[in-house]
Amino acid sequence: MKPFEPLARKRDGQPVRYLIVDDSVFARKSLAKMVENFGGQVAGEAGDGLTAITEYARTQPDIVLMDITMPQMEGIEAVERIVQEHPEARVVMVSSVGYQENILAALQKGARHFVQKPVKPEVLYEILRYVLSDEGVPAAAGAFDGRTR
Amino acid sequence: MKMDLIQPFIGSLDAVLAEMMNAPVAIADLTMEEEGYRKKGLAAVVAFKGQIEGRIILDMEPRAAAKVAECMAGVEVNPSESIVREAVCELANMVIGNAVTLLNDRGFQFRVYPPELLTEDQCAKIGSDSEATVLSFDTPAGAVHLNISMRYRSRRSNERSTVAVG
Repeated sequence: MKPFEPLARKRDGQPVRYLIVDDSVFARKSLAKMVENFGGQVAGEAGDGLTAITEYARTQPDIVLMDITMPQMEGIEAVERIVQEHPEARVVMVSSVGYQENILAALQKGARHFVQKPVKPEVLYEILRYVLSDEGVPAAAGAFDGRTR
Repeated sequence: MKMDLIQPFIGSLDAVLAEMMNAPVAIADLTMEEEGYRKKGLAAVVAFKGQIEGRIILDMEPRAAAKVAECMAGVEVNPSESIVREAVCELANMVIGNAVTLLNDRGFQFRVYPPELLTEDQCAKIGSDSEATVLSFDTPAGAVHLNISMRYRSRRSNERSTVAVG
């Protein structure tokens, strides 16, 4: 994987802390490796939406990377509940299922962006940089940039 | 089974495998199967429901599965390691998710379920109730098979039960 300029928090220059939510251990490890390559730290992991909600409250991450199709509670419902409790939450959906209705539903529930699997590191990096910037607001015009076709 | 339903799966497997393995892949064979499913290597199954319902099995020769796991994990792995089984499930998730995305954008609505590793017990139950199309792909690390079984649901039952999530 090529080196990336480390992403840091604007407020204190510290590494960005991530919560990674995916029912696949393999996918979590793969994403963890990517964000560490971006200079970030994994604050926590969860294998379903329900655990993601408690892990968010416990770890207070800067960014959540959230899968959609998961057992117990799917990602879109988890986003809704996290954003209801923590309006400042920055959630990026990461899913292999990337059709328009899903993306719109996630953005309407408060997700900031969407990236389709297989995740290209350079695409994820740019999306994270965008979401971490002040312009990273919900339902932004660039919401479909991460889709692979 | 209509070819226009299968084409997105061919395109998706081709694109995802080529990217994951960083090598070209080619379709080697296309057959129909009605018998119970026999695993050829490491296999994962993904079910989906909606206007079309069914299941897809991604079945990989252990060497091909190990190659994909290596490429995805960025480290050398042994074909017997659990990480290889995880990689097959994640690859199935990507291939089927990408194909279902294309079908959904054409107007079909689905609910996709998480991938499961296919056990010998499950194999015996699969295939006895429906015909499947089997696509075999050649890769530099060995064969990869996609076993597709899906059918249209009646319009009335679609209207009652289709939910567009995934």
